[in-house]
Amino acid sequence: MSKRKPNDISNTANMTINLIFWLYTAACVLPLMLVVAVSFSDETSVLVNGYHFIPETFSLSAYRFLFQDWEQLLRSFGVSVVVTVVGTIISVLIMALYAYPISRGNFPHRRFFSFFMFFTMLFNGGLIPWYLVYTQMLDLKNTLAALIVPLLVSAFFVMILRTFFSNTIPPSLIESAKIDGASEMRIFAQIVIPLSLPVLATVALFQTLNYWNDWFMSLVFITGNNHVNLQFLMYKTMLDIQFLANNTQAAQGINQAGGLVQLPTETVRMAMAVIGIGPIVFAYPFFQRFFVKGLTVGAVKG
Amino acid sequence: MGDYTSLSATRQAYRSVQSKPAFFKTVRKFWVFYLMMLPAAIVIFINNYVPMLGVVIAFKNINYSKGILSSPWIGFDNFKYLFSTEAAWIITRNTICYNVVFIVFNLVVAVAFAMMFNEMRNRFLSKFHQSAMFLPFFLSMIVVSYLVYAFLGQEHGFLNTVLFPKLGIEPIEWYSEPKYWPFILPVINIWKNIGYYTVIYMAAIIGIDHEYYEAALIDGASKWQQIRTITLPLIVPVMIVMTLLQIGRIFYADFGLFFQVTQNAGALYSSTQVIDTFVYQTFLSVGDIGMSSAAGLFQSVVGFILVLGSNLIVRRISKENALF
Repeated sequence: MSKRKPNDISNTANMTINLIFWLYTAACVLPLMLVVAVSFSDETSVLVNGYHFIPETFSLSAYRFLFQDWEQLLRSFGVSVVVTVVGTIISVLIMALYAYPISRGNFPHRRFFSFFMFFTMLFNGGLIPWYLVYTQMLDLKNTLAALIVPLLVSAFFVMILRTFFSNTIPPSLIESAKIDGASEMRIFAQIVIPLSLPVLATVALFQTLNYWNDWFMSLVFITGNNHVNLQFLMYKTMLDIQFLANNTQAAQGINQAGGLVQLPTETVRMAMAVIGIGPIVFAYPFFQRFFVKGLTVGAVKG
Repeated sequence: MGDYTSLSATRQAYRSVQSKPAFFKTVRKFWVFYLMMLPAAIVIFINNYVPMLGVVIAFKNINYSKGILSSPWIGFDNFKYLFSTEAAWIITRNTICYNVVFIVFNLVVAVAFAMMFNEMRNRFLSKFHQSAMFLPFFLSMIVVSYLVYAFLGQEHGFLNTVLFPKLGIEPIEWYSEPKYWPFILPVINIWKNIGYYTVIYMAAIIGIDHEYYEAALIDGASKWQQIRTITLPLIVPVMIVMTLLQIGRIFYADFGLFFQVTQNAGALYSSTQVIDTFVYQTFLSVGDIGMSSAAGLFQSVVGFILVLGSNLIVRRISKENALF
């Protein structure tokens, strides 16, 4: 234990705080460990004894079953990656492009365009008109665009970007660049963007998370199997294990052979969860570091 | 004198000529800005403004073969129908009550955690626990629904098959007993979001000048006195902004939490159905476009009033803490 400084808390208080946080850390980590443990368990032992933190009989059968359907898994993984990468890049770019003019004090219409963005935080048309716009007007049902476009622009992030631009980029810098003959586009690309990397990174991280974790757009707009992302595949698996069974070559093989084999439902469910959780848990330590920095930036009022 | 009047008259004439083209002049001068704003403006227009026109659906008897515009107007009938059902009362009550509980707990627990982190002597352990606490924030609601299922699953879940038998408790049918969910859902909400709020309050606490505490120490102030007279008052602005943001959204619910985590179990609706899930349910599953639109508009309008109202109250108390 580190040495006690004059204004440090007492030993008892320190111990109490430590104890509380150990318990809370356990509460955050143990559920994930339970899911991992069940996914590596043998189906029959789970059916008889329930979910345990330590597999009673170690088994890879759940994963073996899932990977027979590797085509759907790979496709869903691909959809998630493409949507996340493309969505995040376009999103950050067009939000920054919008936020920059309204951060400029000498742009006469900045108030109108700020309000145009801000008003969307106050009022919206609701789910049904929104749904009809995408399906009837734009006809984007069952396309990747339906997974990308709705999340592209968030008024909240635009406001954060605007605040950052107007607080950290000195107008005199822009003026002097102008005198040197730089165009507005060039000022934006070569002065504003490099100076705003912290806030751009923060917004990019949030958008990455939003796109990767999104399942609502799939729930609403996707009906076929081609554009199912990883989250939605997990949703469907949870809802009905038969969805996977119907799509699995293994199951087809079994059915063709005329046999009816009990699917390892409980362990397959949890194996699916592990596959879905995997990428984000590995990326998370990296993300977390930047999030904490970025939240401090983002805590600035819009 | 004569010269002066003629001059101002000329000016006025010039202005009246100029006032119309002034807009176009600005546009020509700042055309690059307009070009820059165009992509996001188009997305916002399509995604947010066009649907706003669609609120007329709530006042129409939609007939798909006729299209939205030519469907007959029926005034407030959709609303009358909606509010004559018991569902209207249940979803309104659930949405507001859950959000109030979430807001209170988010505030109290996050501020407490932030202060505890700030007092922890071991920096490494503090970082470690923060990381663990942030983990749930990164998980999607689908993943959370799996984690919850792993514990609450009726036949094989951890609680029913492992923990309860040891404690001698009878298994509970979690997914068909509404009475437990007003406790389960707040716990999950805190568990998922507390890392985020804690970091925000920690940033605010770290920003406090250390000299305050040194002075307090010299004056012999205890830890509690320091918290009460220095830390708390100085983070009040952040607390107000964070709470205000949530109050503005009090009529909206976390769709993932109420739809996924409860597995949309019909038996639980009395304590888990909120406006958002109701709108989804009545539209995409039941297909009742009128009632669903009415509920959606009800949500938007009341939400709008609540944002303006809460902002107004904060403006009265302290102007600089208001959102707008």
